[in-house]
Amino acid sequence: MSILAVLEQRSGQWNRMSFETLAAAQQLAKELGDTASAAVLGDGVEALAGELASKQLEKVYAVEHELLKDYTPDAYCAALGQLIDRFHPAVLVFPHTYQVRDFLPKLATSRNRVAVSDVIAHRVENGHAIVVRQLFQGKVNADVRFGGEFPHFASLQAGAYRADQVAEGTAAVEVFHPSILPGQIRTAPQELFRESQRAVDLGAADIIVSVGRGIKEADNIALVQELADALGGELAASRPICDAGWLPMERQVGSSGQTVAPKLYLAVGISGAIQHLVGMKGSRTVVAINKDADAPIFEVADYGIVGDLFQVVPELIAAVKKAK
Amino acid sequence: MKIVVAIKQVPARDSQLRIAPAAKWIDEADLSYEINEPDAYALEAGLQLKERNGGEVVALSAGPARSATTIREALAKGADRAIHIDEDLAAFDPLAVAQMLAAAVKGEGADLILTGLQSDDLGYGQTGVILAELLGMPHATIIMQVEKSAGGIRVKRELEDGWYQHVEMPLPALLTIQSGFSKLRYATLMGIKKAKSKEVRRVTAESLGVAAGTPSVVLERIYLPERTKHTQLFEGSPKEAAAQLVEKLKFEARVI
Repeated sequence: MSILAVLEQRSGQWNRMSFETLAAAQQLAKELGDTASAAVLGDGVEALAGELASKQLEKVYAVEHELLKDYTPDAYCAALGQLIDRFHPAVLVFPHTYQVRDFLPKLATSRNRVAVSDVIAHRVENGHAIVVRQLFQGKVNADVRFGGEFPHFASLQAGAYRADQVAEGTAAVEVFHPSILPGQIRTAPQELFRESQRAVDLGAADIIVSVGRGIKEADNIALVQELADALGGELAASRPICDAGWLPMERQVGSSGQTVAPKLYLAVGISGAIQHLVGMKGSRTVVAINKDADAPIFEVADYGIVGDLFQVVPELIAAVKKAK
Repeated sequence: MKIVVAIKQVPARDSQLRIAPAAKWIDEADLSYEINEPDAYALEAGLQLKERNGGEVVALSAGPARSATTIREALAKGADRAIHIDEDLAAFDPLAVAQMLAAAVKGEGADLILTGLQSDDLGYGQTGVILAELLGMPHATIIMQVEKSAGGIRVKRELEDGWYQHVEMPLPALLTIQSGFSKLRYATLMGIKKAKSKEVRRVTAESLGVAAGTPSVVLERIYLPERTKHTQLFEGSPKEAAAQLVEKLKFEARVI
């Protein structure tokens, strides 16, 4: 019985969330009196796996196959299914990436289980792990218990565990060769691409004023632009604003848009769904203006005004101009 | 192309949520409900595919009696008919819900099944993929574009940090659709009128032969998150609050 961290790499580069997952697996193992191991899948990942030989792990599995070079859910699930059958891990933890979201439910279903997705914390009670996840876009938390037999599956939200807490030690690296046939793979993935060169580099901005659903209409965005101008900052937005075509996609902050860490991030009418928070929570100073005092954005805000943005923002523009 | 779109009714986005006394779920009294937003985009994707390629769009929804209004709206927007799995979903885990959906579509011979990438209430983000696995179909998630290709379909998958990828796959297949796939249509008056005479097939877990069984995930307790961060809130009139905020930004945070 052990905890297995399934890590993510693409073209030989670690996904940075992999080390958060590794830290979580080590913590869980320690609290459950178990051992932690790690697995990385791909074609030629032995060197990457070797980088984990200096971590406190029982085993590091390099899961090698030429059909694991480009990600497909069919090949990944086949390989992980065989790894589970061979080594019987009790709990498998994954980073909650877009790729994991694509294959983990399939893997769990094939074992007649449900994965607990997007976990933000855990605790151990009577020798069992209870995990915490968010409901209603972060407005409500839930304690979730795994039912049924092992293996159990969980994916971990970005930033929920700290990569710098990975414990050093030694680990034995083992290469595992699953058997996968080309005929098992039903989807044909093509090269990754980006839509166009980004004209706006929000990552370089010191001040970002970001607008969300609370703005109600496209015409009202001018008000927030005026605030950004007064502060000498860039205008950005949460996803729904870009989805509606009110601002171009390149101004989107969040998991599917840009990740920013300016000196000042001022969120106007943004409730703070997790997909948005992961893109901006590294900002030095966060200000939120929102009519809902319970909005999750206040969870990351240093300063806040609970109120109607249409009344607050004009006053803020005036106050900023006066202060400058 | 025969398309099934799985949609879910969820509490309206702006709802003030209260935890029910047993702390197993929210207090549903006085809540208003609407279609889960990503599912609205899945429906839109389905309707556009039908317009381009012909065929039929079937709306599929599991949920209690109140879900009928969301189903009716889907019919008003252009779905040809609907299947309503009339069940309170509280006793079912995501696998059991997907088993019901799978049983309900089995006889349909769908070429394509679409659903939103996640629900705004439970937010597991798994129902579509579980359904694909139960039906033995290939799938792709977080999809922004779908077009027919020689061997099946070619889809555009969204990845993190502004990256995308095209994926080709044969039909039948299942896709989970990302919000913002395309602009959403409104129901027309004619559509609303027509919806009244469209077929809604009502089934239950029992009639589908699915039991809740032993759930493999159990919601032990739900609660409002404790605020760990101390946010300094400014009160008073908007003018006073704005002045206090600017003062802090200038002299404490020193960002102005």
